[in-house]
Amino acid sequence: MELPIGESVENFIQFLLNNFEPIFDGIANILGGFMEGTGDFLLMIPPLFFIILLSGMAWFLANKKVALFTVASLFLVFGMGLWQSFVKTFVLVIVATLISLIIGIPMGVLSSKRKRLDRIVTPVLDFMQTMPPFVYLIPAVMFFGIGDVPGVISTVVFSMPPAIRLTKLGLNQVPEELEEVGDSFGLTPFQMLYKIKLPLALPSIMAGINQTIMMSLSMVVVASMIGTKGLGSDVLNGIQRNDIGIGFEAGLSVVILAIILDRITSSLGTITQRKKA
Amino acid sequence: MEKIQVKNLVKIFGDNPKRGLKLLEKGHTKEQILAETGLTVGVNDVSFDINANEIFVIMGLSGSGKSTLLRCLNRLIEPTSGEVMLGDSNITSLDKKELRDVRKHKFGMVFQNFALFPQRTILENTEFGLEVHDDITEENRKEKSLDALEKVGLKGWEDKYPDELSGGMQQRVGLARALAVDPDILLMDEPFSALDPLIKREMQDQLLDLYEELNKTIVFITHDLDEALKLGDRIAIMKDGEVVQVGTAEEILTDAKNDYVREFVQNVNRSQILTAEDIMIKPEELLYENDGIKTAKYKMKRNGLSSMFAVKGKRKYRGIIRLENLIDAKKEKKDIKDLIENTKTARPDETLDELFGDMADLDVPLPVVDEENNLLGIIVKGTVLSNLAGEDD
Repeated sequence: MELPIGESVENFIQFLLNNFEPIFDGIANILGGFMEGTGDFLLMIPPLFFIILLSGMAWFLANKKVALFTVASLFLVFGMGLWQSFVKTFVLVIVATLISLIIGIPMGVLSSKRKRLDRIVTPVLDFMQTMPPFVYLIPAVMFFGIGDVPGVISTVVFSMPPAIRLTKLGLNQVPEELEEVGDSFGLTPFQMLYKIKLPLALPSIMAGINQTIMMSLSMVVVASMIGTKGLGSDVLNGIQRNDIGIGFEAGLSVVILAIILDRITSSLGTITQRKKA
Repeated sequence: MEKIQVKNLVKIFGDNPKRGLKLLEKGHTKEQILAETGLTVGVNDVSFDINANEIFVIMGLSGSGKSTLLRCLNRLIEPTSGEVMLGDSNITSLDKKELRDVRKHKFGMVFQNFALFPQRTILENTEFGLEVHDDITEENRKEKSLDALEKVGLKGWEDKYPDELSGGMQQRVGLARALAVDPDILLMDEPFSALDPLIKREMQDQLLDLYEELNKTIVFITHDLDEALKLGDRIAIMKDGEVVQVGTAEEILTDAKNDYVREFVQNVNRSQILTAEDIMIKPEELLYENDGIKTAKYKMKRNGLSSMFAVKGKRKYRGIIRLENLIDAKKEKKDIKDLIENTKTARPDETLDELFGDMADLDVPLPVVDEENNLLGIIVKGTVLSNLAGEDD
């Protein structure tokens, strides 16, 4: 005997496709256009300028050491001839992260407030995180075809859980006494959120953002299997051609991007805690 | 300013508290209700008034419901039944928006563990309450906050962060934050319990100073009887969610309503609480300035005394006459005026602690006089000792 679980999932996806195709097409067009435009723009500006910009950000948000590392490692990527792939992956990660945060942070806020919603969201998040990420590729392709857009969408599905979880965690960790302070001074629920809870939850939310970025980087290679351009597809090339050289160079570039983004975002968490040292 | 009236306030914790309410009305005890329904009675049918402009202390051990009661006043905890009146307005029937307005303008709250925001500077912490007032400019807000900080003695600390301050200073910030909104009523939830004894005393003195100058009603929670007696104009003693006794420090100490209160107060250092006025007695008989020597001798003999106090007119205090001086006095002297000796005197509000020094080297009773030098009474050594021992008569 065989349980028809796979079949019902298939039917469900088919149902979505039949009824909501225009919506998916719309998303694909907008997102695809946006990513292509951003990618093209970043490739149009001289690499040197981009390197200076990113190192400047690193210096401003983190410290001198991170800035120096950024300069050196980006020159290395450029030298390996992987600049174009690097920028595409950069755009993919940034866009996926932004979408994850735009959905994830409000979800985190809501589920910290509504216990019933939280009871539904938590298992869904567990599911999203533990399901092998390759599985997301199939419906992503069905909905959005192949290319960058399904790559971003499946990356979002995989990388959004930490944004929700850590936002919720941060908000739940706000001491009750501080919430009482807000109530005793007559704050509205909204004032309570942005004057007390979000500022206090910020370190945790920043950790969530950092996690989301790291998770989406780990999806880069996987997403290349459905035609997403970037460093991932270079790695895939290496696998297909049994070329360790290309594979290693592309992999190294992913690591470099990961380190840069990690150092910048993790220092954000400590900066926002206290305006001055 | 308005007074606060608490009428038949009940708070029951748990699901469906109305069930517990019915059982309470039927006369079930707290324990019975917990056993039958799993509901916890936090505050059980409490009624009292808090006068405008007094320090009202709610005292009880942990679990007695005092913090719950305090939070029912501004509805941080929603009462299950009963009323809280502030002047003519019924706090318990306000809708959410009205309640927020009352909280914004009428109440200021100070918390046990200071509850400061770690990411805000001292000034920003102090400004917090005012930030949600719509009718105030930024400069005005800053001005009021700096003013509040100065009142609590933290001028110059504006730009520090809470973790750079000691516990006592942090609680001053908590106090300044409450004062900055200029509320009529300060709700203080064990504000000094987390401080060490020396700092605690200092803070109590400062609170009393502020109270003198500020014209506010203060509702103060504590588990420390000494603190209650020191600060409270009136004290409510709570046990198991009920108010056992309400009264002045004096009434609580000398007229305990039941064994619980009696047990509570028996360890108090009475010497700090009782004043000269409380323990003085009426002199049996007085000498008058123009009594003759013979009259004086006779009066002493009749009362079996070796010395007596002399007054002028009805009760203007003059001094003491000793029997031996009367005996030595020359017969030709008409009255006792020249024989009057000066002695130490006490004011009615001096505590026993302060009186000890004066009493020690005195072989006669200590007269208590008011500002116009009227003799109010005398203190006999024996009375002092028996009062210290805690006997009422």
